[in-house]
Amino acid sequence: MHQVVSPGEFQVAPRATPNRLARAWYLLTKTARSPTPYLMAFGILLWVFVYWLLCEGLKLPRFVKIPGPITVLSEWLSPHPQQGISIFTPEYYEHIYVSCRRIFIAFCIATSIGVPLGLVMGWSRTFRDYTFPILETLRPIPILAWVPLAILMFSGYETPVIFLATLASLYVTTLNTMLGVQSIDEVYFRAAGCLGSSRWDVFRHVVVPGALPFIFTGLQISIGVAWFSLVAAEMVSGDFGLGYLILSSYMNSVTVPMVIAMLTLGFVGWFTSAMVRFVGNRLMQWHARALALQGR
Amino acid sequence: MKRADASLEFNGSSGMPTRGALTIRDLVKIYDPEGVNIMAVDHCSMQITPGEFCMIVGPSGCGKTTLLNAIAGFHSITSGEIFLDDKLLCGPDKPIAAQGADRIVVFQNGALFPWKTLAENVAYGPMVQGVLSKRNALAKAHEMLAEAGLGEFGGKYPGEVSSGMARRAEIVRALINRPKVLLLDEPYRAMDGLTKSIMHEALLEIYDRTKVTIFFITHDLEEAIFLGDRVYVLTTRPCRLKKVVNVDIPRPRNYEVLSSEPFRLLVEETRDAVHEEAIKAFQLGERELA
Repeated sequence: MHQVVSPGEFQVAPRATPNRLARAWYLLTKTARSPTPYLMAFGILLWVFVYWLLCEGLKLPRFVKIPGPITVLSEWLSPHPQQGISIFTPEYYEHIYVSCRRIFIAFCIATSIGVPLGLVMGWSRTFRDYTFPILETLRPIPILAWVPLAILMFSGYETPVIFLATLASLYVTTLNTMLGVQSIDEVYFRAAGCLGSSRWDVFRHVVVPGALPFIFTGLQISIGVAWFSLVAAEMVSGDFGLGYLILSSYMNSVTVPMVIAMLTLGFVGWFTSAMVRFVGNRLMQWHARALALQGR
Repeated sequence: MKRADASLEFNGSSGMPTRGALTIRDLVKIYDPEGVNIMAVDHCSMQITPGEFCMIVGPSGCGKTTLLNAIAGFHSITSGEIFLDDKLLCGPDKPIAAQGADRIVVFQNGALFPWKTLAENVAYGPMVQGVLSKRNALAKAHEMLAEAGLGEFGGKYPGEVSSGMARRAEIVRALINRPKVLLLDEPYRAMDGLTKSIMHEALLEIYDRTKVTIFFITHDLEEAIFLGDRVYVLTTRPCRLKKVVNVDIPRPRNYEVLSSEPFRLLVEETRDAVHEEAIKAFQLGERELA
């Protein structure tokens, strides 16, 4: 006999949820069995070896002035560096701190202007019509072209540098946020309308969360761009910071601190990007979980 | 009925349904995408009674979705009028209906907000309308999800559950607002046959409890006869009403109906009408309009 089954009578088998420790261990062993970590380690070693070979092994003519990995590393870790900068000198941390502070301020200003601006631009056609041409004209101007203007406009070392870094990341954040709003499927606006939303409800419950994945992609790019323009700005105008360190080392013909500053920039930039990604994943549980289900 | 739940019985389940009469009178819709007028709907009239399970069938691109868009208030109409009970939704002086929670659409590919959990999705309507506080709305949402067999999934995001469950949750999200009409736009199109049959039974069960008026667009004739009280066959573009098939198979229905003689005859009757139009549509060979 075939019976109509009412939906309430469906029995769903309880899913076993492994505890966090077991899950972490499982993921760790799974990673250890996959080739990924070994390939990564081998890749790094290979690149460092090539670097060493060029500068210190073969001493090729073009690389003669470039400090090799052993020179850089021994200087970097030395308590009494010959050329002034190592992990034991307070100036090293002063440079990092100053750059990070500038990035933090610039990123915060750019985000707090860029995200609301982009949201409104994506949401309101009228506002977009007013503002988009200006944004598109200003955006292609390279940040270095703004340097003289920034120095004329702002006094001191600090504000011009922050201004330039802010400007660079502002464009990226605004544009990505706007594209994020435009990427939201029309069907969600319709569904929200059917369910009796006011315009403000639509903004809060559809526009903002719907644009978040794009916003955070934009923020990751924006923090990278902020570093890029910060270093450029510090080279032109500055008294401290990693960009300043690179240029002043070059001026003083000390090459090792130059390379140390470059590598430090790489690591710090990577770290800030990862932080933005982390915050994004925390804010977008739905997105992170959907990606996890796809095995990404 | 086993469970005595007041939340899902709102359209006179004890007697005759009283809400949700949908009157479409001389509806005309002309699209003008590239300076060339295309008539999508041509003086189409329909009278849908309160609590009717009405199935709309017609060839691809015939204007079924245009009808739904006009009722829901997504698109304007050119002339004619649509009434819901005694309220004018759109007419001569009001080309586009105001969107409202008395007519809720369940979309073809699903439109649960992916950034909200199933419970938050269901609670959304009463919350933004100010009917319930956020807390009470969530409590009610959990309760209604449990009634629909989704009790454990209230905290999951739509991306984490199967499409069948998501679609069921979407129907719950609509029903929590006690709509007068539920508008479904080929909601089970992308599903496999087995899932579809489970969805049909669940929808029938919901309908038997709520007696909400259902406006259901489909291509699938067997689905139309199995679910509906009446099947409205539409002509190819411009869309007009071609034929109304009364389905006098008693409720509650189950899958045994599918192999019965009256069912087979009704499907045949409908197929003849639709096939004729499908051939015309095919020969026209025009691209579907949105």
